Amino acid sequence: MEHRYLPMTAQDKEAMLKTIGVDSIEELFSDIPEKVRFKGEYNLKPAKSESALLKELSRLAAKNADHRNYASFLGAGVYDHYKPVIVDHVISRSEFYTAYTPYQPEISQGELQAIFEFQTMIAELTGMEIANSSMYDGGTALAEAGMLAAGHTKRKKILVSQAVHPESREVVRSYALGQSIEVEEVPLKDGVTDAGALKELLDGDVAAVMIQYPNFFGQVENLKALEPVIHDSGALFVVSANPLALGALEAPGNFGADITVGDAQPFGIPEAFGGPHCGYFAVSKKLMRKVPGRLVGETVDEEGRRGFVLTLQAREQHIRRDKATSNICSNQALNALAASVAMTALGKKGVREMAVQNIAKTRYMKQQLEGAGLSVEFGGAHFNELTVKLGKSVKALNVRLLEQGIIGGYDLGRTYDGLQGHVLVAVTEQRTKEEIDLFVQELAAFVQEKEAAHA
Amino acid sequence: MRKDENQPLIFEVSKEGRIGYSLPVLDVPEVDLEDVLPADLIRAEDPDLPEVAELDIMRHYTALSNRNHGVDSGFYPLGSCTMKYNPKINESVARFPGFADIHPLQDESTVQGAMELMYDLQEHLKEITGMDEVTLQPAAGAHGEWTGLMMIRAFHEANGDFGRTKVIVPDSAHGTNPASATVAGFDTVTVKSDENGLVDLEDLKRVVGPDTAALMLTNPNTLGLFEENILEMAAIIHEVGGKLYYDGANLNAVMNKARPGDMGFDVVHLNLHKTFTGPHGGGGPGSGPVGVKKSLLPYLPKPVLIKTEDGYTFDDDRPDSIGRVKPYYGNFGINVRAYTYIRSMGPDGLKAVSEYAVLNANYMMRRLAPYFDLPYDRHCKHEFVLSGRRQKKLGVRTLDMAKRLLDFGYHPPTIYFPLNVEEGMMIEPTETESKETLDAFCDAMIQIAEEAENSPETVQEAPHTTVISRLDEAQAARKPVLRYQKEKAE
Ligand SMILES: Cc1ncc(COP(=O)(O)O)c(C=O)c1O
Repeated sequence: MEHRYLPMTAQDKEAMLKTIGVDSIEELFSDIPEKVRFKGEYNLKPAKSESALLKELSRLAAKNADHRNYASFLGAGVYDHYKPVIVDHVISRSEFYTAYTPYQPEISQGELQAIFEFQTMIAELTGMEIANSSMYDGGTALAEAGMLAAGHTKRKKILVSQAVHPESREVVRSYALGQSIEVEEVPLKDGVTDAGALKELLDGDVAAVMIQYPNFFGQVENLKALEPVIHDSGALFVVSANPLALGALEAPGNFGADITVGDAQPFGIPEAFGGPHCGYFAVSKKLMRKVPGRLVGETVDEEGRRGFVLTLQAREQHIRRDKATSNICSNQALNALAASVAMTALGKKGVREMAVQNIAKTRYMKQQLEGAGLSVEFGGAHFNELTVKLGKSVKALNVRLLEQGIIGGYDLGRTYDGLQGHVLVAVTEQRTKEEIDLFVQELAAFVQEKEAAHA
Repeated sequence: MRKDENQPLIFEVSKEGRIGYSLPVLDVPEVDLEDVLPADLIRAEDPDLPEVAELDIMRHYTALSNRNHGVDSGFYPLGSCTMKYNPKINESVARFPGFADIHPLQDESTVQGAMELMYDLQEHLKEITGMDEVTLQPAAGAHGEWTGLMMIRAFHEANGDFGRTKVIVPDSAHGTNPASATVAGFDTVTVKSDENGLVDLEDLKRVVGPDTAALMLTNPNTLGLFEENILEMAAIIHEVGGKLYYDGANLNAVMNKARPGDMGFDVVHLNLHKTFTGPHGGGGPGSGPVGVKKSLLPYLPKPVLIKTEDGYTFDDDRPDSIGRVKPYYGNFGINVRAYTYIRSMGPDGLKAVSEYAVLNANYMMRRLAPYFDLPYDRHCKHEFVLSGRRQKKLGVRTLDMAKRLLDFGYHPPTIYFPLNVEEGMMIEPTETESKETLDAFCDAMIQIAEEAENSPETVQEAPHTTVISRLDEAQAARKPVLRYQKEKAE
């Protein structure tokens, strides 16, 4: 068998078998009991040559409506943003992407320093004291925040706002089940967490309250008003924040958040059908030793040079096993690098500018929609998403938009009982005025059309 | 690489007034934040992110990459991690706009190509593992472990069986196994290894009982040895009503030789970032699909990808499901790479992969056995574990030998794991390495063994050639500095 990934020649094989002292490779498998030996051959597609496979897979990819060919107004946690081209060039350096966890710091300073820089950038953006090296994604990061809070407070209930991403809420529930933690949802009022209802629900059993910022509807939750209510009960204040929004919005750390998590996908990471993205996890100092995942710390070498190492590893599974703070091992290092490069390219000024552009475009969309007689729900401040009332099938709208080269918004009726016929629309800096105008025009036409046309 | 001063942090090369971006021109009216946000919620102080021009960003990260060792830099025999070549075609395919630039919540009719790929990958993984169904949702191995254990828990609870609180793991198990058991709400019980490095059947019989939820097993185990008594073990566990969990981190050894589904396993997770060439990325992203047997089908995480007459669809209507384990559908981008790899290899290729992985490991083991202690002297599978006991008596620790290997341009083996081998060195060459590479590495190891006898300080003081020498880990943990602070730079 010859293959470009298999360098052994027949002659090599002969020599090696001789050194081992066996006659065939087969002998090396003689310890597998006959009864469990796989007999026959895998029934799989045969191998394809490099060019034939490229051709086949590019055709398969072309079956999908991608965002180079379609203008996407779909957000709901994953966004089409400006990705500085440099990001992909950096993460394509194979010294980064073909390495593993930097357990040998002398030959992993590059990765370690990059993570240290990532931790710093996330801490800066969130206003938290400490950030870890990454988590799988925003949803599992939120779930881990819940577990941390339950362990820290020794309480067994979590309150999660209904304005938190529906899929993240489900992930929180799945993790909570394992830990026998109870999860209750805080209802909404005008598209934000109902502070009055939250107060009612809070008691001495609550370990954490989870608020998304901006929330699933793109509304900016008033963290300042919520914080004292939460802390008065002794619960931890957990914020799930879109890190891009933090270019314009006050940092959760400055409102007293104990844990801030989220996903760095808006920073240079492709949507990629939902993953891999890049969860982040940031905490106040008092929780440092309870953080899940890897932490990189600064130290010195024998000659006093600055260097970086994985640190506080006594929290982690490979040391602490069943007593670890989490089971997380490999997570999203390369995407944390991508996010770092994007945050660096955007820099202090660009992150703010990009965030403000999102607000400006969304505001423009809102004005156009309202000008066209459409009803935009919820009165509060928006980041880059809006809820529009159609009173009609979102699916039908999206079919129509697709014909115009547009990927439509998220059907809120899928996950919110009261919001059938409502669409969640995202407007990032990538959407041009022309695209927004077309979208509004199509939407208005769709809503005005007689119901019969689509029945 | 030059041995010189500190590599500056990106924050230290930042200068006010420089930019590294090119945002779209704002073609709608500008907004004043005061007009659209409550004053309290407007960011008062900009985050202190770097301000650097594009070339200097590229130089910064290029310099960092030069201070990093990957598989493409040199041999990386890190046991348990399967550091094989990461094919470049995978990287190209994952970047096709039709895979990279699609949204997980798009109408299913607009992403049929992506769903077809996922479905076909599942089908391939079912055949490779011998399981009845596969979910691609878990983001990594540990996430797959937890997902699998939650399904086992759901199964027992659905049978009204709430007393199964224990998960058994061998003392040689990877740390994620017991940690995942804890996260899934189980207590861990450890079962001992016997003098052959295999699970001690007598001890297993002693620890199983009506409270056994599952046994987690890696096979070949973390010593690189095939658990020959696997059927007996399966019988012991199944007899008391427990489930058998397969940690597939070591699948690279047994493709087309033995399938977990045929060994009696009920659940298996795979690390696509190991056997199936997802690049390790400096610590992820990975992908940890889970395969299950029939009895666990109802509990699969939501949504389940199914094929219908009208095409592929995500089925969310799964009343007995353990729920969602991750937003959306898993690390699709890694799954695309794994699929590309499987299709590049085909069935014959995958079989050859395991054969060469095992040949290479046995060859190295035999070449090195005269110079180091080999605690378990039998055919290994894709990796083997040496002990540095002999060198320790000379004052040279395994850690020292690992550091000395850096001087030869190698990434060291996994050290001090598994925990049941004193001064362990776990070596996994993989099938993508040439004989010349294996020989050169063995020569270096042999030289180090000789140095341990004749000039131990050469080993004890290693590394001698890296950009930085051994780091003070105690200080890092005692006074944690986990981020850059501007004040300090002055
Ligand atoms: C044997 C074994 N099991 C489980 C894992 C965990 O996998 P991951 O790091 O993808 O979570 C690893 C590797 O890290 C491993 O080597």
